[in-house]
Amino acid sequence: MQQIIGFILKNKYFLLFFLLELVAITFVIKSHSYHHSKFVNSANAITGNVYTKLNNIKEYTKLKTFNQQLLDENARLKNLLANKDSDNLKPTIAQADSALYQQQFSYLPTKVINNQFNRNYNYLTINVGKSQGIRPDQGVANSKGILGITNTVSNNYATVLSILNNNSKINVKLKNSKHFGTLVWNGKNYNVLQLVDLPIQANISQGDTVITGGMSTIFPQGLPVGTIQDFKQEANAYSTVNIKLFNDMSAIGPAYVITNFDQEEIKEIETTQQQ
Amino acid sequence: MKEIISNIALFFSLILLQVLVFNNMLLFGYINPMVYILFVILFPIRKERGLLLVSSFLLGLIIDFFLDSGGTNAAATLAIAYFRLPILKWLMRKSEIDFLVFKITKLPFTKMLSFIAIITLIHHFIIFSLEYFNFAEITTILSRTILTSIFTIILIIFSLLLINKNN
Repeated sequence: MQQIIGFILKNKYFLLFFLLELVAITFVIKSHSYHHSKFVNSANAITGNVYTKLNNIKEYTKLKTFNQQLLDENARLKNLLANKDSDNLKPTIAQADSALYQQQFSYLPTKVINNQFNRNYNYLTINVGKSQGIRPDQGVANSKGILGITNTVSNNYATVLSILNNNSKINVKLKNSKHFGTLVWNGKNYNVLQLVDLPIQANISQGDTVITGGMSTIFPQGLPVGTIQDFKQEANAYSTVNIKLFNDMSAIGPAYVITNFDQEEIKEIETTQQQ
Repeated sequence: MKEIISNIALFFSLILLQVLVFNNMLLFGYINPMVYILFVILFPIRKERGLLLVSSFLLGLIIDFFLDSGGTNAAATLAIAYFRLPILKWLMRKSEIDFLVFKITKLPFTKMLSFIAIITLIHHFIIFSLEYFNFAEITTILSRTILTSIFTIILIIFSLLLINKNN
């Protein structure tokens, strides 16, 4: 017993170092898995407050870009409305019963208060959380394309697993041929992502538009992603397909969190089917 | 007493500077110098190292909270805190250091520079290895370590000069 105590006293600094290092490495390993209950995250009151204050200043430098983004989106929505048959807009005599009308998606406005794009595992921080009804696994997008999926959620803030993260896999499809693929990132250029698992039957060419596929319960179908920049074909398969994003990932501010009201129902069906 | 207060002030001001300024620098689009390790360099050298180890771990962990980086900064900062004394002894070619009067800034410039460079390189190498967590990325890890270290070392030397001038 005395020997053990003697050993501990003799090596107390090494043991302290070893113990703390073990804790740190555990956090690191946890952070590399796609996991929602991470202890170390920026969605807490202190970091959230600091980032909100910092963002209040930083926002000014990007106001022109953000204004243009919102203006573009307004113009696009107004054009959609103008193209609709004007008769459809008038209330008909038989009012549609709200119980029959199935709204599947709802959009909640938010602000990206911390944006990362210089690492391999990037996260964003947004200024909405549990109090606004945000849960993990909700899509985040802005008018020019998708940004990521909510990861850890605190009362007033949430972290978002950016599409610029090696853990991110998002179901997308080609706009013209409806072939599905998966959007991933190789960590090189923050405005160029990669499309994998695309079947060789898909006839792709440079400049083709890629949109979200709607196979997952996170993003609705048809949100913009980007265009095909270049691709290589090897042994009857596409080896690399580079997608240039519509978004400039270094300048993102206003965004929407997407709620899918059917998410739970769809997941329930999927789990019962697996059993 | 004065030493304790100045170290606590250094701890918090380095966190704020790192989060508000250095994490937003993005030199060449992606390089963020990590100047907060100045805390480990300036922390008084004593025989008792428990406080240094714990405070370095906390410093790294707080930076990790801001960066969503798991525990990479905590692990790296803790490691340089533990190996600081052996490195210093090796550099001075001395087995014993007079703890009470010793100061990093009183070292000859070349010794001080090599001490800071070794500490920074170890710290950055651990950070990027843990961040990429993949041996196939070793060239990326090394190039990012060296590039980021250059800017960190320059900024640390400048801040040391500033601190010395004020004293």
